[in-house]
Amino acid sequence: MTSAECPVCEAEVEPEWEVERGEIIDCGDCGAELEVADTEPLEYIEAPELEEDWGE
Amino acid sequence: MTRVGFLCSRVRKDEKLLLEELRDRADVERIDPREVSLALDSPEGAEVSPEELDVVVDRAMSYSRGLYTARFFGSYGVPVVNTSDVARVCGDKVETSLALREADVRTPDTRVAFTPESALETVEAVGYPVVVKPIVGSWARLLAKVNDRDSAEAVFEHKKVLGSYEHSVFYVQDFVDKPGRDIRVAVVGGEAVAAMYRESDDWITNASVGAETTACETDGRLGSVAVDAARAVGAEDGVVGVDIMEDGDELSVHEVNHSLEFKALTEASGVNVAGRYADRVMEVAE
Repeated sequence: MTSAECPVCEAEVEPEWEVERGEIIDCGDCGAELEVADTEPLEYIEAPELEEDWGE
Repeated sequence: MTRVGFLCSRVRKDEKLLLEELRDRADVERIDPREVSLALDSPEGAEVSPEELDVVVDRAMSYSRGLYTARFFGSYGVPVVNTSDVARVCGDKVETSLALREADVRTPDTRVAFTPESALETVEAVGYPVVVKPIVGSWARLLAKVNDRDSAEAVFEHKKVLGSYEHSVFYVQDFVDKPGRDIRVAVVGGEAVAAMYRESDDWITNASVGAETTACETDGRLGSVAVDAARAVGAEDGVVGVDIMEDGDELSVHEVNHSLEFKALTEASGVNVAGRYADRVMEVAE
């Protein structure tokens, strides 16, 4: 796991820790919230917007 | 080795902590509700079949996805922490209020009305201030403290016009003048294992909106009220977060959360809540 392309701005984004599928990280270039879609190979999708029934 | 199905889409710090503890104890298979379709007899799209699982942990952030996926896995014969029955009662504030009242657990007086006019009549009869809440929702979203008739008319009209049909179930609760804080208690398998105060200058004291958290003892009446509340929603075998307000000398339960967020609680209390959570999951699997 090294880096992968931000789907919003195409910058290379490298996680600072060992990430899990489903984790959210920020793109340092454009600030988009990215969801880790896969770890091998690393792949991001744009994180979904908060939905009304999310929570505890 | 025990096999645990871990139901979640988004992995937050809470899920990372819990995954780490579970992986020390079991084989863990991730199940993402976005990737499965649930037939009556088996799921399609999951990487593991129900027969191979000893237990499923519901950590879905989406109430509806978690509720129905937990219901299906329960129907497939797999124990789920928490069960869909617990999720249904905790995820719907009307159900929670009724369950607490039926179990004689103190909770703020609550009324439900179905039109802005009847909701306004109710509030006028009860007196101000009151709190208006959506029946489904979390993290203090869309809570309104209504201080007068003008505000009440505006809030009810906005809910009616701008909201989905569920926002026309007007859930009105007495405002409790708590002492600038409330208390979150984690109840795991019928035991209060950790608690914290959540303090704020705002009337909303949810950690998700910036309340400061400090440790709180779980013994005595507080722990006992929290355990009673967990039992009231059917979670004596599960894991829930009980939110309690100090109402004068009384303790009043205003919420029971079936998908306990424990990151702040772990930091404030020093208790390894994820470890206790994982232990409970393993006990349910046996």
